[in-house]
Amino acid sequence: MSGTQTTYNDKVVRQFAVMTVIWGIVGMLVGVIIAAQLVWPELNIGFLHFARLRPLHTNAVIFAFGGCALFATSYWCVQRTSHARLWGGPLVPFTFWGWQIVILLAAITLPLGITQGKEYAELEWPIDILITLVWVSYALVFFGTIAKRTVSHIYVANWFFGAFIIAVALLHLVNSAAVPVSLTKSYSAYSGVQDAMIQWWYGHNAVGFFLTAGFLGMMYYFVPKQAGRPVYSYRLSVVHFWALIFTYMWAGPHHLHYTALPDWTQSIGMVFSLILLAPSWGGMINGIMTLSGAWHKLRDDPILKFLITSLSFYGMSTFEGPMMAIKTVNALSHYTDWTVGHVHSGALGWVAMVSIGSIYYLLPKLFGKTEMYSTKLMTVHFWIATIGTVLYIASMWIAGVMQGLMWRAVNADGTLAYSFVESVKGSYPFWAIRWLGGVLFLSGMLIMAYNMFKTMAGGKTQDAPVIIPAAHHA
Amino acid sequence: MSDFWNAYVVVIVLVSILACAILLYVQGKAKFTPGKSMGHVWDETLEEYNNPMPKWWSWLFVITVIFSLAYLALYPGLGNFKGFLGWTSSGQYQIERDRMDATVKPLYDKYSAMDLQAVAGDKQAMEMGKRLYLTYCMQCHGADARGAKGFPNLTDSDWQFGGEPAQIEQTIADGRMGMMPAHAQLGADTIKDLANYVRSLSGLPNDSVRAAKGKEAFASVGCSGCHGPDAKGMHALGAPNLTDKVWLYGSSEATIVETITKGRQNKMPAWKEFLGDAKVHLLAAYVLSLGQGAK
Repeated sequence: MSGTQTTYNDKVVRQFAVMTVIWGIVGMLVGVIIAAQLVWPELNIGFLHFARLRPLHTNAVIFAFGGCALFATSYWCVQRTSHARLWGGPLVPFTFWGWQIVILLAAITLPLGITQGKEYAELEWPIDILITLVWVSYALVFFGTIAKRTVSHIYVANWFFGAFIIAVALLHLVNSAAVPVSLTKSYSAYSGVQDAMIQWWYGHNAVGFFLTAGFLGMMYYFVPKQAGRPVYSYRLSVVHFWALIFTYMWAGPHHLHYTALPDWTQSIGMVFSLILLAPSWGGMINGIMTLSGAWHKLRDDPILKFLITSLSFYGMSTFEGPMMAIKTVNALSHYTDWTVGHVHSGALGWVAMVSIGSIYYLLPKLFGKTEMYSTKLMTVHFWIATIGTVLYIASMWIAGVMQGLMWRAVNADGTLAYSFVESVKGSYPFWAIRWLGGVLFLSGMLIMAYNMFKTMAGGKTQDAPVIIPAAHHA
Repeated sequence: MSDFWNAYVVVIVLVSILACAILLYVQGKAKFTPGKSMGHVWDETLEEYNNPMPKWWSWLFVITVIFSLAYLALYPGLGNFKGFLGWTSSGQYQIERDRMDATVKPLYDKYSAMDLQAVAGDKQAMEMGKRLYLTYCMQCHGADARGAKGFPNLTDSDWQFGGEPAQIEQTIADGRMGMMPAHAQLGADTIKDLANYVRSLSGLPNDSVRAAKGKEAFASVGCSGCHGPDAKGMHALGAPNLTDKVWLYGSSEATIVETITKGRQNKMPAWKEFLGDAKVHLLAAYVLSLGQGAK
């Protein structure tokens, strides 16, 4: 090995990996607070009430926690599988610092009530412009690195990361188009039902690309790596990749069933949501089957436990989603806590767990250690997170179905059997269980932070040398 | 939608669904070597098997595609094509509504023919009336029907637009507009005199000098035009009786000054269109019974 050998840029991965854990704690803490506010309404103090904190929670967990996890893992993966150092020079640290500033601005403006009022796209136009600059830089760095790869084939994980980066840029630009009237206020470029359709075209694809395609990229690198086995089926990855990124774009209207959106648009949203089932499951099958023949590794490897459990939750959520997109099911589930439960089976069970597993894989390597400070604490984290997720989902299922049934129940004379507030009252026990589930999940993140700082202590932060690609043996 | 957009929607939807099926078919034709690597290696250990796609998974994909095409043949989706079932969401709403209306019609018809006082004395009718009230009225008038600021208490014996059965029924059926004009032009001093006079009418503490001046102003500036020379109000205009202890907006001097200075506007919505005559009849009887409880 020569002393001038090129290295991977692991500094930016290290930064994003550590911030994943930090923002995870912040975002989930806000989630626990707003869950408590629903159980104990007196906790809505001043302007820090549910309505201001809820968008802070969603932004923090999706874009701060999830975003940092995606940056960290995609930067790690694209370098290793391209056998090249990150391209882009100063653009690389700009993506890190720019993204952190976006998060800080979100944490300041959202509690102050500065918002565009679009779900998952609340941030006002000046922050939107900063997001655009960071995202374009991210795309340049990622695709620049792909372009200078020293292997001929592009690894499957990078297809998903690439699709995620391109689609999020498109979604962000179209949905956030607005006419500014001051530094902190703008009006959407669209109006009425078209605005609603654009919003949910964005909203569902934020789920599809930010929270699914990106994390499938993560899965395709870390599952085979950690399992030490080849990806189950190359052909399955080809079909489910193209079908997934193609059909997701159509599914948004299922958020607007039985609204002013024309019937034909609702139907199209519904059928494409159903078609989405098989492409979504393709990812789960490819991940879980990769482990077949090595199931024993699950027993004492907490990283694999996280990764495989995340795929199980992914499979469950992506079955539940198409079912909820069916109009007759949606008529019951819409506007209830069932939706909230569905989102969290994806967010906690899939997104958070696959991120946690991947970050546990990365941390020792990033800080010059062979393994995490404590494997036992990782296992504890896994069980606490799993129990927390199950409590969360199960309580929201029950609460959601109960609410839906109460709202539609009528007396013999055609009047409503229950007032709205009775459904609120009936939901309290389940909201308390949901809160407990959230507390457990957050506790797991605190254990992770402790384990992380112990692993970092005395660690070496040296960039690893770029590995020469193996010769093709085909 | 126009012919162009219709064609655009139909073509792009069908092509997209079929593209999924074609993708699956074409890729399924590839040469598979189960359990063998594709031969590419990344990052020292990453490889891919050349396994075929699971059969059950391929069939699941095919079934969703077939279901989608069948659904779009039966239901609206392909542009202007209405679907062979002729289903619409507004049609579904109308059907469900008509079915419910037909089910409950005999229940309400039984009371429609009866006099309001008689309905108000019927136990079953009053249980139904209460349920109607809790569905449609409590949002403004409160779960206990005692009202709130700006929303009349229905359990007392004071009636802004009249408490006769026919008047109550008309209030619910056609709605009411209550309007107290703004009188800022009278000047702060006169307004304060008037407020003290109005308070004196209900036996509330007041500045007697101001109240006396207010009494003169009440007659001269036009208050009596609506509230009557004796300030007992006028049901036809919805002008409240100022001599009782019932206050729609509050009885403090400051509140009365605000009422006179800025005026007040409120609105009872009309329910006839939405609920139909039979339900309005039952609600009127229920509200009548609430007021009678006060006597």
